[in-house]
Amino acid sequence: MDITVNILLTIATAATPLLIAAIGELVVERSGVLNLGVEGMMIMGAVGGFGAGYLTGSPWIGLLAAIAMGAVFSLLFAVMTLSLATNQVATGLSLTLLGLGLSGMMGTSFVGQPGERLPNLYIPVLTDIPVVGRLLFGQDPIFYISIALTAAVMWFLFKTRTGLTLRSIGDSHTSAHALGIKVIRYRYLSVIFGGACAGLAGGHLSLVYTPQWVENMSAGRGWIALALVVFASWRPWRVLAGAYIFGAVWIGQLHAQAFGIPVPSQLLSSLPYLATVVVLVLISRNKRLTMMNTPASLGQPFVPDR
Amino acid sequence: MKRLLIALMTTTAAMSLAASAQAADKLKACWVYTGPIGDFGYSYQHDQGRLEVEKALGDKVETAYLENVSEGPDADRAFERLAREGCKIIFGTSFGFMDPEVKVAKKFPKVMFEHATGYKTGDNLGIYNARFYEGRYVLGQIAAKESKAGVAGYIVSFPIPEVVMGINSFMLGAQSINPNFKAKIVWVNSWFDPGKEADAAKALFDQGADIVVQHTDSTAALQVAEERKLHGFGQSSDMIKFAPNAQLTSLTDEWGPYYISRVQAALDGTWKPDNVWLGIKDGAVKLAPFTNMPDDVKAMAEATTKKISDGWNPFTGPVAKQDGTPWLKDGEVADDGTLLGMNFYVKGVDDKLPQ
Repeated sequence: MDITVNILLTIATAATPLLIAAIGELVVERSGVLNLGVEGMMIMGAVGGFGAGYLTGSPWIGLLAAIAMGAVFSLLFAVMTLSLATNQVATGLSLTLLGLGLSGMMGTSFVGQPGERLPNLYIPVLTDIPVVGRLLFGQDPIFYISIALTAAVMWFLFKTRTGLTLRSIGDSHTSAHALGIKVIRYRYLSVIFGGACAGLAGGHLSLVYTPQWVENMSAGRGWIALALVVFASWRPWRVLAGAYIFGAVWIGQLHAQAFGIPVPSQLLSSLPYLATVVVLVLISRNKRLTMMNTPASLGQPFVPDR
Repeated sequence: MKRLLIALMTTTAAMSLAASAQAADKLKACWVYTGPIGDFGYSYQHDQGRLEVEKALGDKVETAYLENVSEGPDADRAFERLAREGCKIIFGTSFGFMDPEVKVAKKFPKVMFEHATGYKTGDNLGIYNARFYEGRYVLGQIAAKESKAGVAGYIVSFPIPEVVMGINSFMLGAQSINPNFKAKIVWVNSWFDPGKEADAAKALFDQGADIVVQHTDSTAALQVAEERKLHGFGQSSDMIKFAPNAQLTSLTDEWGPYYISRVQAALDGTWKPDNVWLGIKDGAVKLAPFTNMPDDVKAMAEATTKKISDGWNPFTGPVAKQDGTPWLKDGEVADDGTLLGMNFYVKGVDDKLPQ
């Protein structure tokens, strides 16, 4: 029983950064903006979170710094693509490259220093309940944030008027503009929200997952998050499912190897990607619904005529 | 200032002359790394070696490096760029740079090339490597003494000879203490993904291993060992700060002395392509202080280290292959060629080698 709990906890840790970054990007894309800079914002969050935690000795300050770092860094993308109407794909890619380089430079003095880890939640009695105690009441704080965030984004996008407005901008920015909606303002806020989420995901890496700073430590997780959003056809609960399927297969294949299952490890390593794509494609096989969920003006620059 | 004035007053021809005069004063030594220098592992240690060269040879050299160069076609361009930029001696530090380096070395016969951990040489291409397996034998012995379960978890990157050799040497060391010792092996198919390394360590501990060994670069696995109050070994750098209660020792690389001697040879004009494989006795492979273990285990580890340093090879027979067929006869020592191309396990390894 203990091993099952341990495995589930490991899966949650592996899935959390993907989920947070993907939920943030989902909001950005629902507003019609494609930000390919997730990996860059994530790694900036990781270095900012580690640095602030290390310098102040408080992982909580690190957590806030990670969020702030991601948000500030995404502002660069927002100014370029929204105010200056540059190409979103190219700008997003350069944001990733810039983030990877800049974080390496900022983190030089943190290399080889152990960092601060965010403590796991501990509620007397509740956490001590066998099996469910540690799963429900004994995880790291960012895990709870990730679940709350997913629920909040679902509610916001599909149950509030502002959410509806945001989605309408993603579908047709020209019509939304004609109705007097402040397209650029909405998009700015979405991009910053996405940046804050990516930063938080990065903070999870350097404050919970592996409390250390090393260059490139995000190791492609930003790209996985981006892919999740598309394969989940821009639905929050599917992003959640996708992140956890990915995490489960990712951890499962490591256990399979440790157990000595005679399957080539290269195949096992590619399984998380395959499994996630297959499952999400099956979920989203209704073409009409998928079309309906796809933000129609995704990636197109918008310049208000007046 | 004078040079600046001249350059300002005369034409661009004079400027380029001044620049080349400056370049001639110094020898430019360059490095190509596969990872970021901030990995606190393999590439970091090579870069420490570069910094030692700068320190030791001071004004006589100028150094440069390219990091994060992926192994493959991209590497061609990296080496070519350095050669064109006036590097006189170039060190390629990863196995996967072998073919690109061979190719570029042919194009630039006047540039001196060195490649780490490979096996192809040329008129202006030498190779160097470190006998990490020597240290891994000692790790195996410590693991067998310290593990209560008799099972170690072994996190590995890619099935190249260097890694396979390490697993074999570790197992031989462990079996010399406990013939029934087992190692669970997990391939992460990456040199560098701290998260995945941490996940692999957790999976191995969950399945009953109580010591973790790694042939990957980050400190993540040791941090997991620290959290779980179990033990492990560091890799490339001394990682004791990350796991003060978990690290037993760390297998570290010291490239500085070798780099200094080679760049010095290039300065003196005595450089020739060579083929060296440095070990514990040359100071290229070191074990960090033995910690978190009883004195008798420590004494044993020190004795074995000394024995290897005095010339004993961990791959000394009798050794059988995984399927039980004999490989080395009693007292027979494996030759370097076989080790460098090693693609089989020794007896007792509980894994199927990915091909």
